[in-house]
Amino acid sequence: MDQIPILKIGDTLLVSIQVDMHDRLALALQDDLTAKIVASRARGVMIDISALEIVDSFIGRMLNNIAAMSRILDAVTVVVGMRPAVAITLVELGLSLTGVKTALNVDKGLALIRQMIDGQEGSLDRREE
Amino acid sequence: MAKSESIIPQLIDKHSAQVLKDWLAQMTATGAAGGDDLSEVGGRFFTAFRQGIASAQFDDVGGPAWAPARGILEELSRSRAIKGATPTQTATFVFSLKSPLFNLLGRELKDAEKLAREVWWATLLLDKLGLYTTEVFQKNREEVIARQQEEMLELSTPVVKLWDGILALPLIGTLDSARTQVVMESLLQQIVSSGAEIAIIDITGVPTVDTLVAQHLLKTVSAARLMGAECIISGIRPQIAQTIVHLGVELDVMTKASMADAFALALRRTGKAVRDREQPTIEKKAQNAAPAADE
Repeated sequence: MDQIPILKIGDTLLVSIQVDMHDRLALALQDDLTAKIVASRARGVMIDISALEIVDSFIGRMLNNIAAMSRILDAVTVVVGMRPAVAITLVELGLSLTGVKTALNVDKGLALIRQMIDGQEGSLDRREE
Repeated sequence: MAKSESIIPQLIDKHSAQVLKDWLAQMTATGAAGGDDLSEVGGRFFTAFRQGIASAQFDDVGGPAWAPARGILEELSRSRAIKGATPTQTATFVFSLKSPLFNLLGRELKDAEKLAREVWWATLLLDKLGLYTTEVFQKNREEVIARQQEEMLELSTPVVKLWDGILALPLIGTLDSARTQVVMESLLQQIVSSGAEIAIIDITGVPTVDTLVAQHLLKTVSAARLMGAECIISGIRPQIAQTIVHLGVELDVMTKASMADAFALALRRTGKAVRDREQPTIEKKAQNAAPAADE
């Protein structure tokens, strides 16, 4: 069975979805990713969907779920590289993924994750003062 | 109807010069000219018309024998549709042929029954030609309208780059589903190609914002957000702000009253700022002005 690789860059996990997502693969990814977040103590998760041409409501919900799970495990999630057609489809489906942060490409996604992690630490520091 | 049953073809052949002259005079009198060079178009059509009625199926306007006549009528309708002539003016081009034709029949045929039959056939034929002209005219007008609509759709959704990473989308006119689609597509495409982080949607040119327009705006904003770009809606006029609140629409996005405010916010978000330049010019002017005042 296909498996989606999860790469670790610093304290961020990069998931690049290069194959067509089917439902079982999506569920497997959730399992793998949550396990990996815990194992590697990652602070950020970046999901690259630039190769995905079709995103249905199930995948949309999966993205939302992954974001929610990561948040509980104290990692921020950024979805990057969504295609215009996919964005329009998701909006038409009524899925605007309000719980998920987005960025245009991997570069900007990494910067956003960095910024969010720094922001969290900054607010903690202030609280300690 | 077979050719042999009617004597119209022979009669027109015999008196063609007279009929053409009467027809042209008739058109000038009824104002069917519409600014065209009548004698030229009229002459050409008349030749084609004679060719048509000389054929075996002389009232079969859709037939091959009438092709040249149809071609001339199409050309005429097209040029008139573009010039904005009325359908009446265009159809009169053909209908004004009735008067000279009936006069001719009246002169040549003394038998009332025969005359009535020939007049009926002539009417039938000319009505068909007239209807054909009107149809083509209308089709051309519709083409013009469709093309204009398309052009408006294209023109009305420009995506402007204000700065590196900042796009502006000035919307003009009402937002319906079709336009929203075009707007969304061009905005998202531009976001991808320019790598923009912020898009300013300016609705100064949107006359009214009802729940449907608001929904379309929000859709566009959501789609842009999914691509990783933030949206700011600007150009909200006081009345529109009131309408939005009265309608109970939740505009869950950043909004600014003017494009300038939105641009300032966008610059701040991208870590840039606009500030006044140090102005040595004024001091210089003051220095220059001082000695002049002493004198």
